[in-house]
Formats: sequence, structure tokens, C-alpha cells
Amino acid sequence: MRHAKRYKSFMLSAALLATGMPAWAVVDSQGGPAVRQLNLQTPATQIAEQIYSLHNLMLVICLAIFVAVFGVMFYSILKHRKSLGHKAATFHESTSVEIAWTVVPFIIVILMALPATKTVVAMKDTSNADITIKVTGMQWKWGYDYLKGEGEGISFLSTLATPRTQIGAPGVEPTEARGDNYLLEVDNQVVVPVNKKVRMITTANDVIHSWTIPAFGVKQDAIPGFVRDTWFKADKIGVYRGQCVELCGKEHAFMPIVVNVVSEDDYKKWVDVKKKEMAAKADDPAKVWTVDELKQRGEKVYAANCVACHQATGKGVPGAFAALDGSAVVNGEKGAQIGILLNGKNAMPAWKSTLSDTEIAAVITYTRNSWSNKAAENIVQPAEVLAARK
Amino acid sequence: MSTTTVDHAHDHSHDHAHDHPHGFRRWLFATNHKDIGSLYLWFAFTMLLTGGVLALGIRSELFQPGLQLMQPEFFNQLTTMHGLIMVFGAIMPAFVGFANWMIPLQIGASDMAFARMNNFSFWLMPPAALLLAGSFWVPGGATAAGWTLYAPLSTQMGPGMDMAIFAVHIMGASSIMGSINIITTILNMRAPGMTLMKMPMFCWTWLITAYLLIAVMPVLAGAITMTLTDRHFGTSFFNAAGGGDPVMYQHIFWFFGHPEVYIMILPAFGIVSQIVPAFARKPLFGYASMVYATASIAILSFIVWAHHMFTTGMPVTAQLFFMYATMLISVPTGVKVFNWVATMWKGSMTFETPMLFAVGFIFVFTMGGFTGLILAVTPIDIQLQDTYYVVAHFHYVLVAGSLFSLFAGYYYWGPKWTGFMYNETRGKIHFWGSLITFNITFFPMHFLGLAGMPRRYADYPAQFTDWNVVATVGAFGFGLMQVYFILAVVIPSIRGGQPAAAKPWEGAEGLEWTVPSPAPFHTFEEPPVFK
Repeated sequence: MRHAKRYKSFMLSAALLATGMPAWAVVDSQGGPAVRQLNLQTPATQIAEQIYSLHNLMLVICLAIFVAVFGVMFYSILKHRKSLGHKAATFHESTSVEIAWTVVPFIIVILMALPATKTVVAMKDTSNADITIKVTGMQWKWGYDYLKGEGEGISFLSTLATPRTQIGAPGVEPTEARGDNYLLEVDNQVVVPVNKKVRMITTANDVIHSWTIPAFGVKQDAIPGFVRDTWFKADKIGVYRGQCVELCGKEHAFMPIVVNVVSEDDYKKWVDVKKKEMAAKADDPAKVWTVDELKQRGEKVYAANCVACHQATGKGVPGAFAALDGSAVVNGEKGAQIGILLNGKNAMPAWKSTLSDTEIAAVITYTRNSWSNKAAENIVQPAEVLAARK
Repeated sequence: MSTTTVDHAHDHSHDHAHDHPHGFRRWLFATNHKDIGSLYLWFAFTMLLTGGVLALGIRSELFQPGLQLMQPEFFNQLTTMHGLIMVFGAIMPAFVGFANWMIPLQIGASDMAFARMNNFSFWLMPPAALLLAGSFWVPGGATAAGWTLYAPLSTQMGPGMDMAIFAVHIMGASSIMGSINIITTILNMRAPGMTLMKMPMFCWTWLITAYLLIAVMPVLAGAITMTLTDRHFGTSFFNAAGGGDPVMYQHIFWFFGHPEVYIMILPAFGIVSQIVPAFARKPLFGYASMVYATASIAILSFIVWAHHMFTTGMPVTAQLFFMYATMLISVPTGVKVFNWVATMWKGSMTFETPMLFAVGFIFVFTMGGFTGLILAVTPIDIQLQDTYYVVAHFHYVLVAGSLFSLFAGYYYWGPKWTGFMYNETRGKIHFWGSLITFNITFFPMHFLGLAGMPRRYADYPAQFTDWNVVATVGAFGFGLMQVYFILAVVIPSIRGGQPAAAKPWEGAEGLEWTVPSPAPFHTFEEPPVFK
């Protein structure tokens, strides 16, 4: 049925193309709605599948009752007319009938609710997730942070990719033909592996937003100051699209959601690429800095990581933590200091996995030019730290 | 005792000396329930057209994907004000207008219990309407937070939001006064012999509605007052950063909002329950069960509010409770539909315009009822929350429900008000035109919602275009039918036409048909004896 419809609309657009119609003839969105779609989107998770059949069930029961009740009503309307000479009966109550049509609908609605109960319970079970992603609604974009599981640490913003030249504005015609995924495309897609349980934690920065992917049967409000969660386990590889569904201000219609479900291997590759990308974006270790730039940056690193032990004065705590002010290591040959920072020594932890090359270079340069320190080798470049890591 | 009689006589001469005040005084100082009823109805119709124009603005922008006519922020103002104006300005006052006109006539009372308060409750409405309409012209425009005014989006709005808050406060005060008046009138001023269980259904439904109003309007006032102090006085009721909770707003709002839905539909049930027996020439089937069903709906309406909030993420037990409670409401509602059908069964039916609108109401309202039942199922609701499916659902119950019953009531009682029969052919054109264009407008929205189109969107993916085109065309048709109604039906039947008999409908029953048409300025100065 579905395929037939797809096929029909495909043929239609093909025919339009063949007759030389412009290329903006609308086609189905991949993972989004189809043209003139009449029913729910094709389910891509077990939950969405259940919702789909629940809806079919409800629709059939409601239609049956509808036909029965209005069959009676229209029969009466056709037959019990004054113009046909029908004389009015006088009955106006019947306790047994009243009881029957109270009890029977009662039983019907309970029977309708029972299968739904199972789905409700399943939808709320967010335990044992393979991957946990925090999604933050903002006016008017989404932020994603991979909190747990493979890909932990990845974080990015996701904004509408459809250019304004396709949307237009009052009095300004769009200058570009609309794409197939008009308003359903973003710059950074959420990537998740297929057949893995993904828990989405939602929150928001400003007002309430709502995160949804119709094909997953998932919709969860993102509430500022609070966290809520939901989950999905996509069983088909592909791109799936949704849109913000809680009124959040003027650009409400322009903050879509795109989830790319990939194979486990592709997911691993994506995580690698994404992590490298993030690291690269963070700081380029090949960059050559001036002393002042590094000092400035180093002061922040020092304040965030070192000050608790070595103190703001650089004098440390006698007997517990070494003084940096006037220290032989700090004022001496820089290679030794780089080594201690990377690998640690006694109470000093190793920083190689927490601080980047640039941060280590910056904080060393800072200590070599602060307090009474006037080291001969007064600057360390990130590249030297990188070299020392090997 | 004797002094009372003297006073009474004195009152009479006084009344007759000043019978029918003329000019603006008649309306500004109106204390007559019929005049106040007319004021309410004119006010409501004006607001209906205003809200309708806003709706056509929305539909025009949605005719095609892309932004053609307005910026999204203005679009959001239109959706918000369309909702506020239709709910608080059109539907609710229209039912109060019917209550003012018909309750005293139906129970054989000379007027409403508190005539001057009645005047005040009406004259609070125009300033509220001016505040709402005027807010379009203040910096930042009207509020664009949706008619539900969810925090914290409502905290971000400009002064238009404050104007909306004050407007809703004023209309709430007006509703509460109106309700006190209605309850007092019904409970104390019924004609001798009219026990509660002999009262016309319209009075019953309004009695229950009035209690609902008194129970929930203060809750709404509380919610928007908290919004107001959050906005201006540094409180943090709905601000998480200050220890508040945005979801609490939704709980409070919907504790008002769900009974509000029944406030807008119970009097409609009442009107239909008057009209169906009249044109089936057969008494209402199951009068007592109709009363109990109305009361059950009203009581249940207080324990289902969170079905508007399934996607906020509540515990599984809460989701299940609200799902089951909501589904239960369909039982008494179903009973009502069955009773109407049973009333028609083996009747001797004719189909003048009031009956057409009443049958149309039953047919189309039931479709809205079924989509409501489907939406009550939590997993389906989560899928469809905030999509056009919901928009379709509540327009089926509010337009095809409340509005159609108001039209039915107008055609049924209008001859009593104006003294002239409306033009039957034009009435039928209005009915069929409205029914068809209504369905063209709103039926495709079910498809849009199922396919996932979110509501309150100024622009949409191009796959949704065709159904939006259909809806827009239908909406303009529906709007034109209402212009036709006022110009071709209402105004001509006020100016003249075939004079209406005291009881223009063969099968109609009730005290309102014992007074001449048009109903004289003062009726039932001596209480009639009922049965």
C-alpha cells in the first residue's frame, strides 16, 4: 500500500520532470513526511510500531461504532419523518437500555486502554541504555552532548541548514528552489548506531521546546531548569527527521531535528572523526604563540587546575605541595617541567589526559614568567609538549 | 407582608412609566435580561468575526510554504489572539447571551436575580476586548505565547502580554459574576411547580456549567497573576533559576483549561437537547440520565487535566491514571449521543434549520469526540501532541460543537427574540455551506497531524502543501458563510419578515413558548404555574 503510494508519487514527479516541469516538484522527504501523507510515518522503532498498530486499532473500533450509531441515526432520519407520515412514538426512557449503553462503552474503553498500558510502561523504561545523549533546546537550535557510552564527550550544536533564500520573507521572493528536505535539514545531525538503546535526556536553556522524531514514536518536552528523559532503539539504518513541537518563539518552525541511524562500524568511524574534529577545533598544537598570549591563557589554566595546591602566590604549602615561586625546576631546563606535568611526580598528578598540549604549554609558560620567576627558557610552545608526549 | 404588596404595586407603576428606555441609556444602563442577552450576543458575534479574520490571516500565510505575508513573530500573535478571542470573546459570551435570554423565559422568572450585576458583567467585556485588540499596537505587538500562555515563553513577551493578562482577569471576573447570577436565578426563581428534575435541559447544563466556571476561573486568574508577578515583581513561580517550575504553570493552567472545555460544550449539549425533541415531536429520551451524564462529565473534567501534558514527562503511574480517567469521560458523552439518537428514533421528524444544525452538531461533534478518545491513549497522544491532529480535534468539538449549537439555538429561539421568522432557504444554505466548508477546512488537518506537521508553525515542509491549500480554501469559504449568516439571515429577520407565532415550532415545549413573539420587554411578572 505504502509502496504503491510512494511509487505513484514517484511516477508523478517523474512524469512532471519528463514534461519539463521545474525541478521544485515536491517529492517525499527521506525519513520525513511523504507528499500528501495520510497516516503516521513509517515506524522505525518497536515503540513507533506499537503506536502505529494502536492507532489502527482505535481507528477501526471508532469507525465501527461511528457507522453503527450513525447508521441508526440516518435510518431514523430517512424513515421517521413527518413528511412520510410517520407518527411519533411516546416512549422516553428505559432503564435497561440506559444501563446497557453505559456499561458496554465502559467495557470498550477499558479494552482500548489495556493494550496501550503496556506501551506506556515500555515508553517510560529508560534503563540500561547503551548511549546517553543530552539534548538542550535553545532559541532556536538544538545542542547535543554525548554523555555516556561510545562517543562520550562529543558535543555540538545543530541548526537549520535550509538557507533563508529558500524560505523568503514577506515581500521577498525566495531566490533558490526548495530542496526535498526543506525545513527538515540541519548542519550537524545526531548520529547513533542501529539497534542500540539510546537514552535522550532533554533540557532547555530559555523556554520550553520539545524534541521529537515521529518515525521513532518519541516526543519529550525540553524544560528549562529540569531534565526529563526518553529513549529509542532504531531498528533500521537511515536518516529520520522531526521538528520542534512546543511553541518557543518566533523561529519555532525553524529548528528541526535530524537523527542519522548508522551501522555500528560506521558509528565507530563517525565517533573517531568527530573526536578528532573536536580536538582539532579545540586547539591546533602546531600554532606558534607569543609569551604574552600563553601567559594569559596559562593564568586561566592555573586558576582552574593548579591553584588549589600550588596557591595563587605560587608558594605552595610547605611540607605538602611544592613551591613554584623560585623553584629550580620552573626556572631550569624546560624539558624536565614538561615531563612532570605530563607524567606527574609524587603528589603531582599526570595531566596528559586532562589538559591539551596548548593548555600545558600555556600553564608552564605562565609559571616561568610569574611571581619572582625569570627563567632563561621562558616560553614553551604546544608543539614541544606534543613532541614530549611521544 | 402588606408592605411587600404595596412595594410591588409601586414597582409596577414605576416600571411602566419608564418602560423601554431609549437611546444609549437603554443599553448602557441595561438591567433587562433580554437586552443584556442581546448585548452579549452582538458582542460575541463581533468577536467571532474578529477572531475569524485573524484565522484567515493564519490560513493565508499557510496557503503555501515559505514566508509570504508576515514575519513568524506576527504569525504567532495571530494564533495566540485567535485562540484567546474565540474562547473568551466569542464562544463563552455567546452562551452567556443565550443564558440571559432563555433561562428566565424557560423557568418562568421575571428577570435574572441580580439585574445590576448582570449589567456590570456585560460591560466588563468590551474593555477586555479593547485591551486584547489594542495589544496589537503596543511595542512588540500582542502576546505570541499561544492562547495557553505557557511560562516561561510568556515571561519573554512585551507589554502586549500584560494587556492580555488584564483582559483575561476582567473577563474572568465577568464570567464569575455571570455564573453567580445564573445559579441564583435557577435555584431561587423557578416558577411554582418546576422542580429541578422538571427543568429544561438548557437550564440544567448551564447550572452545572456555572458551577464549573466558579470553580476554575479563579484558578486561571491565579496562574496568570503568577505570570504577571514573575514578569514584573521578581517572583520565580515558573522560573527554575529561582526555584520555580515551568511545568507547574501547565498544571495550574490545565486544571482550569480542561473544565473550560466543558464550559464551552455543556450549554451546547443543553441547546441540542431542547431542539432534537422539538423537531422529533417526541420527549427527550432519558432526561434523568442526561442530567446525570452532564454532572458526571463536569466532575470527571477535574481529574483529567494532565492529558494535555503527557509529553512533559510525568511518572508512568500518572500517565496511566490520566489516560484511564480521560477515556472514562467518553462514557457519559456517549450516553448523551445515544439519548439524542433514541429521541429521534420513531419520532416524526422535520428538518428546519435548527434541527439541521442540531443533527449536524451530533454528527460532526461525535467525530471530534472520537479523535478525543484516540488522543486519550497516551502513546498515540505522545505521537500526536502539538500536531495538526490536535488542531483538527478541538476545532471539531469547538466549531462543529459549540458554534454549530449556537447557530442551532439562534434559529430555534431567534423568532422569539425578533418576532420574525428567518428565511428558511437561507438558513439551509447557511447550514450546508457551513458544514461543507467546515469539513474542507478541518478534515485534512487530521492527515497533516498524523504525518507529523507541528501546530503553531508559520512555515512548513513542502510535503504538507496540498492539504494546507485545501484547508485554506475551506477556511475562506467558512468565513464567507458566516458573513452570509449575518447579512442574509440575521439582519433581515430583525428588520421584518413573516411574523413569528408565540410557538413557531409544532413540537416545541416549555414556558418560553407561552409568551408572545417577540417576547415583551417584561415577561412573567406574575409567575406562571408549571404543569
